[in-house]
Amino acid sequence: MRPVAVLGIGKTAFGALADRDLRSLAVEAVESALRDASVSPKQVEAFYLGNFAGPSFAGQNHLAPYVGMAAGFEGIPCTRFEDACASSGSAFFHAWQSVAAGVYDLVVAAGVEKMTSQSTPRVAEILAGAGDMAGEGKAGATFPALFAMIARRHMHQYGTTREQLAAVAVKNHANGVKNPLAHMRKVITLEQALAGKPIAEPLTVYDCSLISDGAAAVVIVPLEQAARYNSRYAKVLAVVQTSDHVALDEKADITYFPAVKAGGAKAFALAGLGPNEIDVAELHDCFTIAEIVASEDLGFAAKGEGGPLAASGATAIGGRIPINTSGGLKSKGHPVGATGVAQICDVVMQLRGDAGERQVAKHKIGLTQNLGGSGATCVVTILEAA
Amino acid sequence: MERDGVIYTETIVHAPPEQYAADAPYQLAIVELNGGGRVTARVLGKTVEERARIGERVRFVEERAGVAYYRKDG
Repeated sequence: MRPVAVLGIGKTAFGALADRDLRSLAVEAVESALRDASVSPKQVEAFYLGNFAGPSFAGQNHLAPYVGMAAGFEGIPCTRFEDACASSGSAFFHAWQSVAAGVYDLVVAAGVEKMTSQSTPRVAEILAGAGDMAGEGKAGATFPALFAMIARRHMHQYGTTREQLAAVAVKNHANGVKNPLAHMRKVITLEQALAGKPIAEPLTVYDCSLISDGAAAVVIVPLEQAARYNSRYAKVLAVVQTSDHVALDEKADITYFPAVKAGGAKAFALAGLGPNEIDVAELHDCFTIAEIVASEDLGFAAKGEGGPLAASGATAIGGRIPINTSGGLKSKGHPVGATGVAQICDVVMQLRGDAGERQVAKHKIGLTQNLGGSGATCVVTILEAA
Repeated sequence: MERDGVIYTETIVHAPPEQYAADAPYQLAIVELNGGGRVTARVLGKTVEERARIGERVRFVEERAGVAYYRKDG
């Protein structure tokens, strides 16, 4: 396998973008990534598009060539990847494989979701389809409900508190204010977060990520060719995709994500690094509890210590391990199919030193963790500055 | 009884999916079954007293449209 580099990154603003359709968002992100990489659409050899539910949200199937032709690609393989909220993490993993294996020298991985044209109850119903619809879904489980049950059990086993969950939301909103492309650029206080409207107890509206529209894209090439294009590329030290049961009630212990734990361990082994060597991380905070659990699974905190870690300030910009400097899914927004690649764009910005007000001081190594469903798919990447 | 069990985890759903809008708020739980295995099910009741917490015993009441309904024991 050849080493691979992320050459170009491109993101749209995330938000409730009433005047934008799915295709225009995806094309904007792709064009922006191609511009950033200084390559033309005609140089692209394959297109990997992550999208969770375009057919349900926007009534559109056959999305990859639909976007690819509009982006100016010429007759190349264009394929959509669906792995719930890890759809574009999965697209990135498969794009990376094709370049690492020597099949292609220049490919685009992207993700897009257009969610806000549907009502919130309808969105909840569509998202629930990432769970087991014959079991938990039929019983009335929404995604907030599944993560609420994870939170309850984590609180029961480890003493995690409501305040520690809220600390994640407060921190991510503080970061999102500094991100011009974030969906909700608003500071929230601990008191506000604790007093939020209940969604699925113990989670309030402030524990839940946002329903957003948006897209993100990256251009990847073999590492040995990257320097021909520019010096702003990032080396891909590891990208690992793992899986687990879709239904929460089939897992022996719901206070950790086996797919995240296994994916993180394998990614660290491939990179020859440990959690202490990560300078900045984007973790999948679809709910506040998810960031806490992932921080434990990846070894940033001991088991059960993710809550205290979040409340200690160690995960803030300037802390020991800054997590979700972009604002995370909580404040930046969560157009589900776009999230995995968007996390990679955000980490590459940090590695380049281009993150503006949210820039971390040490930015050599970054990590992303993208989660599908209640943990059935996970994609972990470790990236290094050129 | 095999279908009775103990609450492994639970939540009260206030923001339901479209098809269950009329039921909300409702309690959803993963029940550890006496007969082995777990099931995601509903716990009946609207009051704080009727709510089943982690570790509490629940009694199987009925199955409707493929969903198991429970009630807190005692």
